[in-house]
Amino acid sequence: MINYTYTVWIVLIPLFMFVILGLFGMKMRNSLAGILGSLGLFTSTVLSYITAYFYFFKVGPVDGVFQSVSAYNIEWLAFTDTLKVHLGVFLDPISVMMLVVITTVSLMCHIYSIGYMKGDTGFQRFFSFLSLFTFSMLFLVIATDIIQMYIGFELVGLSSYLLIGHYYEKPAAVAAANKAFIVTRFADFGFFVGILLVSFYTGTFDFTVLINGDGSIFAGMAAASFMGMNIITWAMLLIFIGGAGKSALFPLHIWLPDAMEGPTPVSALIHAATMVVAGVYLVARMFIVFHFQAPDALEVVAYVGAFTSLFAAIIAITQYDIKRILAFSTLSQIGYMILALGVSGYGGEEGVGYMASMFHLTTHAMFKALLFLGAGSIIHAIHSNDLRDMGGLRKYMPITFITFAIAVLSISGIPPFSGFWSKDEILAAAFEHNKIIYFSSVLVAGLTAFYMSRLFFTVFFGKKTEYHHTPHESPWVMTIPLIILSIGAAFAGFIPFNELVTSDGAVFESHLSMSIALPSIGIALLGIFFAFLLYYKKSNTPDKITTSLGFLYKTTLNKFYFDELYLFVTKKIIFNIISQSIAWFDRHVVDGSMNGIAWVIEKTSVKSKELQSGQLQQYAFIFVAGTIILVLCFAYLFN
Amino acid sequence: MMNLQDFLPMRHEILLVFLMIVIILCEIFISEKSKHYVINISIVLFVLQTIVGFLPIQQGNMFGGMFQNDLFRSTLKNILSIGVLIVFLQSSGWLKKEENKGKISEYFLLLLSTLIGMFFMVSSGDFLMMYLGLELATIPITALAAYERNKSKSAEAGIKLLLISALSTGVLLYGISMIYGTTGSVYFADVAVNFGKSSLQILGLIFFVAGMGFKISLVPFHLWTADVYEGAPISVTAYLSVISKGAAVFIFMIILYKVFGALFDMWNSLLYVLAVVTMTVGNLFAIRQNNMKRFLAFSSIAQAGFILLGILGSNAMGAASVAYFVLIYIVTNLGAFGVVSAIYNASGKEDMREYNGLYKTNPMLSLVMTLALFSLAGIPPVAGFFGKFFLFTSAASHGYYILVLIAVINATISLYYYLRVIKAMFIDPNDNPIPYFKTDVPARIGLVICVAGIFIVGFATSIYEAIYKFTSLM
Repeated sequence: MINYTYTVWIVLIPLFMFVILGLFGMKMRNSLAGILGSLGLFTSTVLSYITAYFYFFKVGPVDGVFQSVSAYNIEWLAFTDTLKVHLGVFLDPISVMMLVVITTVSLMCHIYSIGYMKGDTGFQRFFSFLSLFTFSMLFLVIATDIIQMYIGFELVGLSSYLLIGHYYEKPAAVAAANKAFIVTRFADFGFFVGILLVSFYTGTFDFTVLINGDGSIFAGMAAASFMGMNIITWAMLLIFIGGAGKSALFPLHIWLPDAMEGPTPVSALIHAATMVVAGVYLVARMFIVFHFQAPDALEVVAYVGAFTSLFAAIIAITQYDIKRILAFSTLSQIGYMILALGVSGYGGEEGVGYMASMFHLTTHAMFKALLFLGAGSIIHAIHSNDLRDMGGLRKYMPITFITFAIAVLSISGIPPFSGFWSKDEILAAAFEHNKIIYFSSVLVAGLTAFYMSRLFFTVFFGKKTEYHHTPHESPWVMTIPLIILSIGAAFAGFIPFNELVTSDGAVFESHLSMSIALPSIGIALLGIFFAFLLYYKKSNTPDKITTSLGFLYKTTLNKFYFDELYLFVTKKIIFNIISQSIAWFDRHVVDGSMNGIAWVIEKTSVKSKELQSGQLQQYAFIFVAGTIILVLCFAYLFN
Repeated sequence: MMNLQDFLPMRHEILLVFLMIVIILCEIFISEKSKHYVINISIVLFVLQTIVGFLPIQQGNMFGGMFQNDLFRSTLKNILSIGVLIVFLQSSGWLKKEENKGKISEYFLLLLSTLIGMFFMVSSGDFLMMYLGLELATIPITALAAYERNKSKSAEAGIKLLLISALSTGVLLYGISMIYGTTGSVYFADVAVNFGKSSLQILGLIFFVAGMGFKISLVPFHLWTADVYEGAPISVTAYLSVISKGAAVFIFMIILYKVFGALFDMWNSLLYVLAVVTMTVGNLFAIRQNNMKRFLAFSSIAQAGFILLGILGSNAMGAASVAYFVLIYIVTNLGAFGVVSAIYNASGKEDMREYNGLYKTNPMLSLVMTLALFSLAGIPPVAGFFGKFFLFTSAASHGYYILVLIAVINATISLYYYLRVIKAMFIDPNDNPIPYFKTDVPARIGLVICVAGIFIVGFATSIYEAIYKFTSLM
């Protein structure tokens, strides 16, 4: 048996880095702060890889099943003898996988940021918050009980808020930070109510009890019902709302595109690779409960995922801001992961959706982080986010060009790049379960290939824009992470997930089905081909198409007016109608009665002060009288 | 045959007596000029006493069960010791004043003898020992209240305390005599076994509660509190409001649980009523006080009402929540008193309105005061919140939802007057605020202990769990 206690350091080192950089960062030189942060994270990364090696290969499956390990566990709060909150490290295939993914991407972003954030006045602050975020995210995935996970959810929300608002002089950044915080916090409320429901009925927060496959603890929840739906379904739906907020699923997706106001490494780390998959991770963590206890909720999960995926892909086609395109593509890909979980069964080959979701999470982390960091490199070179300012960059930025190309091929699902393998598994799972979701997913695959190629051709080929300065390749601290991630994006598809991360921990046979793979490759190539026609050379065909589509185009460009809808609901309806009437009620009725109470208390206080006369005889009298009154009362009461 | 080892359960008390002897010797042998060394000697000795208190204790009974010591009781004594230590630290500056020069050791001797009384009270196994302890705790404190003999207010406080406590002791003794008369024993264990439900016993219970209600200053037995608190020297007031009250609460709780189990319903409804009245009246009176000492007096009455909620929990959790709350209350209230006393020593001011603008001149003291008041009001994340939380939980776990609701309303009202002080210090303008002054080192150490306690005790759940463990062993 291997002692995994050291895993606690994977989490603690980033926390220490946060404290050190937060307290003493301002006294350090920028480069020192950056190197310190990166070194700390490097240690965590190495430990994570060691853990993964031990867990998956050295120990391996016992009787064909990967065992979950409670590596570290302390009792933190005991509410009752049974209901206790623990903090600790819980290792199972998905948490070990997440440790590797998070530390890898985070390390790349750390190194990249040393170059990208160079000269920024908030350099040390940025790195300390980056460490805080990494800590929070790791804390979340190794959660040993659901409250720890909730704390992690809140902490990542907080650090995301801090990092989106990094350029706090910019009003847009501040607004985006607020929006992200409020929307996700709102969703977390659902999560919390879900937790309360689950713990109330089962009497435990502990994952080892909740997800050990013994469904009997949920019997009470399944029996009780509320508004025609049993409590467990309610609880799981509420928990899913929490996940949907963090993962920016429709209709809580509105914060993610705005979050792109943060520095690009933050977008790569938080809003592409790690935090936004927290919702996926949450559903995966509770998957066994979803599947056996609340299949209806899982059905909802599948449809929300599929819809988000399609919806975001359509919007992505029309956007011009390079980071926003990537943000919508992130939404779309997370939709994929969620729908894969939604259509998954449990155990063996049935659980292919679960495996596919985790697989896609990993490959997506690689290629999406790569895309964002590549975009950052481009923005760094030409100081603009707008697609219309770019063109012909392949000559100036060869490394960015090649790595970006690998990422685009990967996300488009072209073999042998990683995205193909994981997407193929998702499509296979959807095909088995639900044809509507399958066809929508295939369509999304085509759209993805199209909009990513549009981006790619416009930026690196297309028209030759006149630049103020000649764009140049980024420094090596930025390109090396790109190269490392591109290796991941290219080859992560060959990781045998079916032998490592499966729904029941057991290995199953997975094979490539040509009837799934060929159509998806076909439609991806078709998407790329169309993009090639329209965007490879500068032409006015795209403009013609957009004018002919008119209204439809404008709606999509404005993201289906979802922001406006939310604004209308919040500002016009909630603020004006509801809030104002409540405010009136508050001013007149609540304040009035409060003032009344205050007046009564004041008067009583004045009057009763006379009792306190300073006369000893009176005190003694009241003492004795009080005793006698008590005696009389009790004589009356009990006799 | 008794040998010396048999006295080990009494270690706390024996050491205290030894300590007093040392102080007397110091008083005799130290020359007039260097008398103030007695302060430091006493403090250092008491630090040792406090530390030794935490060493593993011999559990056991003595004198045929009259004296009992176990882990729970020694924990209670340790809590009280910490409080007394803080009081000593805070009184050092005041004792060094010219007017107190001739009576320094008097202060320590009297205070320590009341502490011995309280230790005996907490450790008592029968009514007689409890009564003796109570008297030993009360009589020296009346002398202490009148410590500033030249001030008429102090003398008034002393005589008032003496007379009212005589009355309350009379009532208490009357109650005990009824219990003895009906059960034929004064031993807690025997009394509990022989309890019927005769009306004489109920009467005994009520008299007992009234007598103890005086010590804990429950309404309507509280009227002495404000006058005595105002008149007595500040460190004595602090001692009265925290240590004296805490010790009384402990033994009150132990006796209710151990002896009056048969009258469970009676004392539950009795305490229910007293809790409601005490919280409400304490709050109502506190609103209008401007003198800081009177203000804290009424706030301490209200807090006593909250403590009753924990006692009503009537199980190990209830007892633990009370002990835990008292610990928090000690650091919190002594923090507040420490600031009041520092300001009084430096400027002679103790009116809330004179605190206006204090933050500008003495920011550290204002912050400490703010923390202490937040903790008294029970605002998270400071310790007071956790203390109240556990008290309320233990009452709620017995189904006293309405009582908890009343308590929450009262806690909200209390927020108003606690914030008044904070408003005075931070917001209200003042052309000539109390000028900056340096607090003496021992008092500063005392305040640091309080602030650390306010933060640590709430967060370190291990403290609560340790108390809970000892309680369940009781």
